[in-house]
Amino acid sequence: MTPHRPDKNSPDSNRHDKPYTATQNACKMCTPLGAALAFQGIERCVPLLHGSQGCSTYMRRYLISHFKEPVDIASSNFTEETAVFGGGANLKLAVENVARQYSPDMIGIATTCLSETIGDDVPMILSELRNNFKGPALVHVSTPSYTGTHMDGFHQAVAAVVDRFNPAHKKAPYKPKKKKCINLFPGMLSNSDIRHLKEIFAAFGIPVSILPDYSDRLEGPSWQEYQAIQEGGTPISAIKKMDMGTHSLELGSVLALSAEKGFSSAGALLAQRFQVPCTRLPIPMGVKASDRFFEALSEITGKPVPKRYQKQKWRLVDAYVDGNKYVSRKRAVIYGEEDFVVSMAGFLAEIGIIPVLCASGGRSGYFKQALAEHLPETVLPHVIIQDDMDFARMEKTARALSPDLVVGNSKGYAMARRLSVPLVRVGFPIHDRIGGARILHIGYKGAQQLYDTIVNTLLRTRQTASEVGYSYM
Amino acid sequence: MSSISVLKAREKQIFTKGEEAPFEMSCDTKSLAGAVSQRACVFCGSRVVLYPIADALHLIHGPIGCASYTWDIRGALSSGPQLHRMSFSTDLSETDIIYGGEQKLQQALLELIDQYTPKAAFIYCTCIVGIIGDDVDAVCRQVEEETGIPVIPVHSEGFKGTKKDGYRAACDALFNLIRRNPAPAPLPRSINILGEFNIGGETWIIKKYYEAMGINVVSVITGDGRVDEVMQAGNAALNVVQCSGSVTHLAQKMEEEYGIPFIRVSYFGIEDTSDALYRVAEFFKDSPRIMEKTRDLVKNEVNKVIPYLETVKKDLEGKKAALYVGGAFKAFSLIKALKTIGMEVILAGSQTGTREDYEILKEMCNQGTVILDDANPLELAKYVMEKDADLFIGGVKERPIAYKLGIGFCDHNHERKIPLVGFEGMENFAREVHETVTSPVWDLVPRRAAKKSSPPAGKEKAYDTP
Repeated sequence: MTPHRPDKNSPDSNRHDKPYTATQNACKMCTPLGAALAFQGIERCVPLLHGSQGCSTYMRRYLISHFKEPVDIASSNFTEETAVFGGGANLKLAVENVARQYSPDMIGIATTCLSETIGDDVPMILSELRNNFKGPALVHVSTPSYTGTHMDGFHQAVAAVVDRFNPAHKKAPYKPKKKKCINLFPGMLSNSDIRHLKEIFAAFGIPVSILPDYSDRLEGPSWQEYQAIQEGGTPISAIKKMDMGTHSLELGSVLALSAEKGFSSAGALLAQRFQVPCTRLPIPMGVKASDRFFEALSEITGKPVPKRYQKQKWRLVDAYVDGNKYVSRKRAVIYGEEDFVVSMAGFLAEIGIIPVLCASGGRSGYFKQALAEHLPETVLPHVIIQDDMDFARMEKTARALSPDLVVGNSKGYAMARRLSVPLVRVGFPIHDRIGGARILHIGYKGAQQLYDTIVNTLLRTRQTASEVGYSYM
Repeated sequence: MSSISVLKAREKQIFTKGEEAPFEMSCDTKSLAGAVSQRACVFCGSRVVLYPIADALHLIHGPIGCASYTWDIRGALSSGPQLHRMSFSTDLSETDIIYGGEQKLQQALLELIDQYTPKAAFIYCTCIVGIIGDDVDAVCRQVEEETGIPVIPVHSEGFKGTKKDGYRAACDALFNLIRRNPAPAPLPRSINILGEFNIGGETWIIKKYYEAMGINVVSVITGDGRVDEVMQAGNAALNVVQCSGSVTHLAQKMEEEYGIPFIRVSYFGIEDTSDALYRVAEFFKDSPRIMEKTRDLVKNEVNKVIPYLETVKKDLEGKKAALYVGGAFKAFSLIKALKTIGMEVILAGSQTGTREDYEILKEMCNQGTVILDDANPLELAKYVMEKDADLFIGGVKERPIAYKLGIGFCDHNHERKIPLVGFEGMENFAREVHETVTSPVWDLVPRRAAKKSSPPAGKEKAYDTP
């Protein structure tokens, strides 16, 4: 289930010759991290990494510091003997122990570079285990960390879950005409984004299955009693009904391109096996992308866009006007996951900020194409687009572009500090602030919040730089 | 809470003082598969020890994850170069795995050394490198020859043991550097500070004390570390070992090779800090001025912090603390430090304790205290709730466990930003504990709120309780 990648040497490839060999301050995480996060978004699911203890501990630590919530990820805990003789016994023991301690409904098993390379046949090990094991559903995704980034792991895990619960041999489902449930695969969004999506669907009066949905699980209340597995997540029963969905929606421009070129995304699987139509849209950031999103929902559901969103939109446009002078012609460096950057660049462009550098550590091969399709023709010539990029190179490139602000996750803080420009924190991970998972990026409401933050950041910079510190804008 | 059960295979790693069961603490073992251990891996052990050497290149050979998750993760400060805060990786891709990563490693090393002119380079081998069998030693030798700086392999493949084995690999790498000093000549009244990592500037506090005592610090391994300084370590008369779990192996090697004796100390809390300084002064008893100066120093410093400690003690008296730390040695000091501010320890655990460590812990603790080896979130939560802790001391991974249950938290791991060693460190520690334990937010947290006696009659209806 590896995403289809364009040929490195093909003319549409945006790969460039690296000026150096090592990666310096990576702008990406490894594949199993994405899978582990996706598994966190399934109800009563515990992620299990098949590999060394360190992988699960490091990834737990990384996710905890963004979400500030418990994130339990089990490990099959390789030893030297395991590495030599294979990880079958360890994996079985790990599954049994996780089942015993957590009584989950599902264990999401992602492989690491180690277990992949020694060639553990995980599907076979699991089928042996299933023979005399009455326990949770076991879902496996192959995520060798040398084949992509955390985004690949994320999408592959979502697809693997849909695949597992909706196998090709499943009987052609009876589709009740009245119960229109939509499958939504939002990609890696913030908790607030996912909650906002739920509100939107509720306002439309349309049932929706969002996969994954970690918005409750990774941002829940304090506890009266310890919860081995936090409440929340997409119910497995809902995943099992995805074949009966009236429509699938997948967010992400790069994801759309790789699905077109053959990646069996969750939406693609459902379309192919059960003829569930799939619409692919960019992540709805800013007015134009949100318009597309709401129009698509309206079209799919046959219902008009609820009034409140029209109001949100026009309030937002009014705010754009109020602040236009402070953002127009400003220059921003943005980075992060490819799909995120594509949509964020679109938003910045529509408010008049030139995204002079769009960078990602991702290497899907579709980054440039997605941006070219998404950005206005007038802006595109001013934009440097680079994938497979790290922060050392980004900083060098950014310095020459004299940006006014940097937009991205916490990892760009050191760069922004050295460039002496403000950093507007968005995306994942946010390690150095509280509330990273509560940042709303999508819809008119998200655009409103981002817009206010960006304008106020630029105003603050101006105010601070002023000798007298003006009290009015 | 009775609903959290302990895995059978882990029963021997848990001991409650005062219970009938004989003390047969099982430890020093690999973590149980599927048990969600709080531990990391061999690579992690090496990385923490070598991390603070600020003018060395730290290159992680493997796919990106290991480098990504350890980029600028530690609170280890440098007074000069900041190279240690960069994250370098060979970022192996599929083709490298198939054809081997040696060439890429060599190329990366040459480029990075050219770009950053480090004083030495450490090459960390990750899981995958052990599997595909890259001859990292050979690449290191070759690059060393070409560049003229020490290029040292660190054999830290994640699956090769526990974090402790990573410490050992780091010690071997450090010893590799130290041995390059051709003719070590002992300096009078001189020490190496071992196992001190300059978290939040702790090295500077400790060095200041030794300077006031008239003692020469040859090197700190590895706080605010420099390659040249480490290479001088063979010249010291005494090794003063703090984090014994991580660097005892190095101290032993130096004793064998150079005849440098070592003592184990701790700088956490007034009691242990004073004890550490006195023991070092005692070692140099040929210079009686040192002991005199030490007495003055300790007296002055203790007098400075006692008044503050007394004020917080009033609020903290009788409160209960849970500890889960990396090395057990740290737990000993924390128990004493907590006692100084009136707190009692009800749970003490470590990731890497030895049987002897746990024996000492058992002796130090009160009846009913739970002692844990290599715990996991479920066990930690279970005992914290059963014993009703007011404070949890641990690292980032333990923080949400405490917070979700409405318990104050103090970070005592490598990631913190505030120095906690020495006398001023004790004041910082007491302040942090005081601030978190006495925060009014706990009154609102469901688990705590439920325990409070019901509000006085008449006021009850004003609130719509869940």
